[in-house]
Amino acid sequence: MKRREPLSNTQLLMTIAIGIFVAMYGAAMAFLGGGFLRFQQVFDLLNDNAYLIIISCALTIVMIGGGINISVGGVISLTVMACALYLNGTGIENSFLSITVTLLLALGIGLAFGIGQGFLVSYLEIQPFIVTLAGMFLSRGLTTILSVNPVKVTHEGFQALVKTKIQIPFLGYVAQNGNQIPAKLEIGAVVAIAVVVLSYLLLRFVKLGRNIYALGGNQQSALMLGINVRRTRFMSYVLSGLLSGLAGFVFLMHKPAGNSSVAMRSEMDAIAASIIGGTLLTGGVGNVIGAFFGAMILATIQKIIALSPLNESWWQEMASGVLLGFFIILQSVVLSSREKRRARKSAAGGVRKE
Amino acid sequence: MTGAKPKTKSKTIKSGGLGQLLIPLTALAILVLFNLIRDPAFFSIEMATNNSGNSVLSGNLISIIDSASALAIISMGMTLVTAACGGQDISVGAVGAIAGSFFVKVIKAGDTITAGSVILGMLACILATIAFMLFNGTLVAYFRIQPMIATLILFSCGRSIAYWINGSATPQLNSPIIQAMGMTIPGIPIPTPIFAVALVGLILWLVFRFTNLRLYTQSVGINQGAARLNGINPPAVKLLSFALLGVCVAVAAVIGVSRLGQLNHKTLLVDIEMDAILAVAIGGNNLGGGKFRLVGSVLGAYIIQMLTTTLYAMNVAPVNVKAYKAIVIIIIVVAGSPVIKSRLTAMVNRFRAGRVAAAGKGAE
Repeated sequence: MKRREPLSNTQLLMTIAIGIFVAMYGAAMAFLGGGFLRFQQVFDLLNDNAYLIIISCALTIVMIGGGINISVGGVISLTVMACALYLNGTGIENSFLSITVTLLLALGIGLAFGIGQGFLVSYLEIQPFIVTLAGMFLSRGLTTILSVNPVKVTHEGFQALVKTKIQIPFLGYVAQNGNQIPAKLEIGAVVAIAVVVLSYLLLRFVKLGRNIYALGGNQQSALMLGINVRRTRFMSYVLSGLLSGLAGFVFLMHKPAGNSSVAMRSEMDAIAASIIGGTLLTGGVGNVIGAFFGAMILATIQKIIALSPLNESWWQEMASGVLLGFFIILQSVVLSSREKRRARKSAAGGVRKE
Repeated sequence: MTGAKPKTKSKTIKSGGLGQLLIPLTALAILVLFNLIRDPAFFSIEMATNNSGNSVLSGNLISIIDSASALAIISMGMTLVTAACGGQDISVGAVGAIAGSFFVKVIKAGDTITAGSVILGMLACILATIAFMLFNGTLVAYFRIQPMIATLILFSCGRSIAYWINGSATPQLNSPIIQAMGMTIPGIPIPTPIFAVALVGLILWLVFRFTNLRLYTQSVGINQGAARLNGINPPAVKLLSFALLGVCVAVAAVIGVSRLGQLNHKTLLVDIEMDAILAVAIGGNNLGGGKFRLVGSVLGAYIIQMLTTTLYAMNVAPVNVKAYKAIVIIIIVVAGSPVIKSRLTAMVNRFRAGRVAAAGKGAE
């Protein structure tokens, strides 16, 4: 009989995250009912948190490589503001062209931050936390330099894009007056899911992705294996920058207004999502699918508290803090007990051989 | 040739002692010089009378040193945690808010604010902060969780706990004692927070000068396994570093509360964790743990505050300060980066070798 491969640590942690998500959602369906019984609720979670899912992927990629990027929230705010200003300044004659330019602008801003930070981290060997902290300050500061006041997008072509929703009738529900209401999914959510799938494929099957795992696992051995460590690390930051630019565009598609407090502290949410999904800050371990479920767990907590009688922001913060603590301790306990068991097993095996 | 040898030796020793502080000192010098050229009156200090009728020293320099107090104190504690654990505590701002809440809660428990109630409040505040920091420390030391992740818990819910303790949004503290603690003591022209920094700095200096704690902390930070084999208890050292950070945070929170005479759990010490980590890094400390210089971090804190004050003096809008600050920070960390440093050292060595060779030729 073929012996089954034991689950790796990252798979185990991801399984726990998925299990908790399902359990939490099930409990919400049972106790809160209402919206949670409709399929639309899942789509709403995806629609509202598409940008968070994308930056969670960005953070996961960087964290697997052993780095960190806390500038993603700032880059989102800068992207949203710059795109909103551009859209309001441009004409509406050719809306396809102006939307394409907006998308390129968003990606360009993200790419610029990714390249700059990647260069400083990998080629000048500056600590990533400090570099991306400076990146966060810079992007937040540039946002307010562009405009202190909120900027609402008035561009009609873009408004149409914002209102475009993918309707899936058979997942919908029947309203009280008998009308069939289809489930609605925003374009941003589709983009987010595509990003999750593509990053998963990249990390799993593309040479760059495998190199990122190797780099995070052990930099010395990666170097010995002939991996270009510096370029790999550089590319991980470029990818995360690019994804945060894309997240900015997705954010604008969900809420078409620029504001200096957009995506405030979302970098910490993204880090939390990655960790809940089984990524370790030490590098080499992690999975974007887990990060996706991590982001969904955070989103579900928010939704549950918003629908429960404890609808106050401080309860929400408290609950997510407690849950995060639970996850972090659980991870630590699970990993260390596995380590101990493995050590015991290998010790026993050694004895038997002799 | 024989004459040149001891000279180079003494030089290497000297640069070894100052090496870490070279970048922050240079940055500070450049900032001072820039301000002197821009506006020679920037550093003028004069006696003025404040709102309550006391004569106090006033001027940009005093205000820089005064307003950097909380940051300087927290960055000292942050340096210790960084050195022992190889990571940073990002919950200091939130725990500071909790500390402020305890302080206000205990003081408000009595009818009037007396010296006794303030001291009691400070004790409660310090104990509470140490307890919360030991929670962080336990996660780091015993559960072996990365400091940044472990402290993410209190980072995300600390301010909610602070709100929960006090309930109402902004309790006021109107008392001459609180005013004396946050601003100036009547008769002494120097702001009180500066004394707090000096006191905390002195205590930490004495502790690390006359005990083995520096050695223990550094060895745990550099190689935990080796430290354990040499009879050091790494978890205990880590917990101690968190406890010391807790004391620092409590002092900073008391300064923050008494400066304004009120408690706002949302704005007390807000975002100070980022500035504190920055101060540690600008001070030339390795964020990966190991060797540390507390003086460097304090210098880093003053550099950050001086930068902010300079930008305000140049009429940069407060909301835009972050962008300019980021650019200066990038310049400082690039100048202090290992790659640039090794290039510079190589250049200096080549220059020195050339000079020694020339001197040798001259002697022949």
